[in-house]
Amino acid sequence: MKVGVFICHCGNNIAGTVDVARVAEETRKIPGVAYAINYMYTCSEPGQDQIKDAIKKYDLDRIVVAACSPRMHELTFRRTVEKAGLNRYYFEMANIREHCSWIGEDRELNTNKAMEAVRAAVAKVMQDKPLYSSSFAVNKRVLVIGGGVAGMQAALDCADGGHEVVLVEKSPSVGGMMARLDKTFPTIDCSICILGPKMVDVAQHDLIKLYAYSEVEEVKGYVGNYQIKIRKKATYVDWTKCTGCGECMEKCPSKDAYDSFNFGVAPTKAINIPFPQAIPKKAKIDPTYCRQFTKGKCGVCAKICPTKAINYEMEDEIVTEEVGAIVVASGYGLLDIEKMGEYGGGRYPDVITAIQYERLLNASGPTSGHIVRPSDHEEPKTVVFVSCCGSRDKSIGVPYCSNFCCMYIAKQAILTKDHMPDSQSYVFYMDIRSPGKGYDEFTRRAQEEYGTKYIRGRVSRIFPKGKKMVVRGADTLLGTTVEIEADLVVLANAVTAAPGAPQLAEKLHISYDTNAFYVESHPKLRPVETNTSGVFLAGCAQGPKDIPASVGQGSAAAAKVLSMLSKDFLENDPAIAQVNQNACVGCLKCVKTCPFQAIVEEELRGGKVVAKVIQTVCAGCGVCTSTCPCGAIQLQHFTDNQLLAEVNALCLS
Amino acid sequence: MRVINLSTTSDASFIEQVKKESGQDPAECYQCGNCTAGCPYTEFFDYPVSMIMRLIQAGQKDTVLNSKAIWLCATCETCTTRCPCEVDVAHVMDTLRNIAYREGRYTEKDIKTFYEAFLTSLKNNGRIYELGILMGYKAKTLHLLADADLGPNVLVKRLIHFQPNKIEGRDEVQRIFKRFAEKRDNEKRDNQKRDHHG
Repeated sequence: MKVGVFICHCGNNIAGTVDVARVAEETRKIPGVAYAINYMYTCSEPGQDQIKDAIKKYDLDRIVVAACSPRMHELTFRRTVEKAGLNRYYFEMANIREHCSWIGEDRELNTNKAMEAVRAAVAKVMQDKPLYSSSFAVNKRVLVIGGGVAGMQAALDCADGGHEVVLVEKSPSVGGMMARLDKTFPTIDCSICILGPKMVDVAQHDLIKLYAYSEVEEVKGYVGNYQIKIRKKATYVDWTKCTGCGECMEKCPSKDAYDSFNFGVAPTKAINIPFPQAIPKKAKIDPTYCRQFTKGKCGVCAKICPTKAINYEMEDEIVTEEVGAIVVASGYGLLDIEKMGEYGGGRYPDVITAIQYERLLNASGPTSGHIVRPSDHEEPKTVVFVSCCGSRDKSIGVPYCSNFCCMYIAKQAILTKDHMPDSQSYVFYMDIRSPGKGYDEFTRRAQEEYGTKYIRGRVSRIFPKGKKMVVRGADTLLGTTVEIEADLVVLANAVTAAPGAPQLAEKLHISYDTNAFYVESHPKLRPVETNTSGVFLAGCAQGPKDIPASVGQGSAAAAKVLSMLSKDFLENDPAIAQVNQNACVGCLKCVKTCPFQAIVEEELRGGKVVAKVIQTVCAGCGVCTSTCPCGAIQLQHFTDNQLLAEVNALCLS
Repeated sequence: MRVINLSTTSDASFIEQVKKESGQDPAECYQCGNCTAGCPYTEFFDYPVSMIMRLIQAGQKDTVLNSKAIWLCATCETCTTRCPCEVDVAHVMDTLRNIAYREGRYTEKDIKTFYEAFLTSLKNNGRIYELGILMGYKAKTLHLLADADLGPNVLVKRLIHFQPNKIEGRDEVQRIFKRFAEKRDNEKRDNQKRDHHG
């Protein structure tokens, strides 16, 4: 066995605090090492050529590169050794950068640690076995979770690329938050006018199968071959018969149902169609308000419905869909303003949230676009906007910036002046964050052309005084406290992860951060991928972002899906668990602990029961290997013998 | 307005001292102004509380320790409650008052006298004796008639007594004062020694 070791300087990253020449010199003394050299940038083309040349010249059969983290360049070097004719698993990386040169300044200690890392890697590479990938067929259908603008964009792009798309939306209509907005910044174009055509495209696309008012119940399988259980929630209306005529909604006697589309700005009927442009435009019954359900008698809608679509006996239905890739675009939630007790949201009717104000501005909203105070339905003359309502506030657990509030507040201030030219708007802000194209000009316009008064400081208290709401805040530029007597106060409450985001993440085996936003593979270079292959992210599920960014991510996720599905077969990673049937005692503990359901029971001829790993499902996490009482299940490339060789090399040195 | 030369006047050791004595990190303040917005005394302050925090960040020791604001603060803790950065602002103000007292900077002499009268009463009686505090304070400040109109009311409501209500364990309260004085003296001596050697 002839091991070649290549020690990288990584410029000064490693050579700055590690004596690489000495590491190479010491490495040459290790039994089995036939060749060792240090080089400026091993990952560069000449660096890789050096490896290939050495393999030929010195007849090397195992390679170790001591450089950065294997997360950076393991694949690069595996390809290099493969090109030189070796199995790609006859390769090991010793991390002497992240684990060594970057964390200490003592050159002597760092050099020692680097030598130990190399010694361990050499010991392991000598135990490595050749491994070969197997390939499996890919299901070319796509699941998109969430029918907001990001999800719709991803669905349309995938479908236009020729793939069948299953779009699951938990509310009765696609459109998401954007469908609720009046106008959009910085162009003040009508939100539903630009979103509507996309919603219609989704409804009419031959390759998109829409499950509205449905949720993902269970995700099984692996990249290329997922089985998805979808719960179609009971609407109590047969949507194959419902024409969306709206007669039921008109006649329904239960008039005080909570309108989640309008965020409770006004009540709706117990049977309702959320908004005029809804897709699908179908009615649904809310059983918590419907008299047929609460009192056991009514039946008005059933009598009035011209197509006899009402079915009070309807139950949830579970359907299964098979797909090869998943795009998660499950959107965001909003902070409960009652958490900011000093602002009085929830206690005082004239303190409302920005999305509620958006519904007041909207022509298809409950007030037909007339701005009125919720308390007395009078037109407000003084409107105060409070930005950072909960955002950047670690005392209530939202340390991050909600990204787009600065911009929509400027927009709402402009629209307020448009609706009521004699009104005056004030904005309390900490910093105006407007880095997008045309964004800063927009916030300047709000101040210069529309006369919005911007006050640099936070609001401490909001309290009633007669018919007015007194907003008490600071003007830190004036250096004092200021008070404004407002008719209406609009709170820009913080963007949070969507309710149920962690539960969905657990079904999908993707990770989420402390704020329950989904984590991308790499914050810069892999922004729409997750660490679970086959699952991609788009929109606010990954973090607060505005419409252009959400649409961009929707298309980006679709591009990733399309490139993956351009192949008919995918190769699996051979570094997965394998059962030694002779040693397995059939206790099947591994079956229970496997987080991916990748291990099943198998009965051999003669009746012996053993565990069996489904190659394509196994993710190589290694949980089973530490569970097995007799060492019968081994993770390839990380077997007990291979790891113990590393330990021995460290302990014996 | 005065030009502040940050290169020459920013006192890093003052920032460190405030940080150490208060246990709060002034760098955590991002100047949102919520403390000033909630403060009921802003109208009496020479520097609003958010600006005191900013002056600490800028290391402006003299401006901060000579300010009226640190003496006028009533420690109602609205600033602490509202602070989104979880800085205990009221405790920072308290710390500044303590540092100013130790350095003999009494910008609001009456308030300093009141504090002293309060503590003397506590030390002598084991609890506060309102009339005693009043007399001590008025004798020193010569504000003999201030708030005198409130006298009859508090007398009728029996909120003020002519005899101190001497509690049990007075000597133990006195011991606390004594121990604190000793500790303070030791610290002073140590500091002097250090300064001498340094």
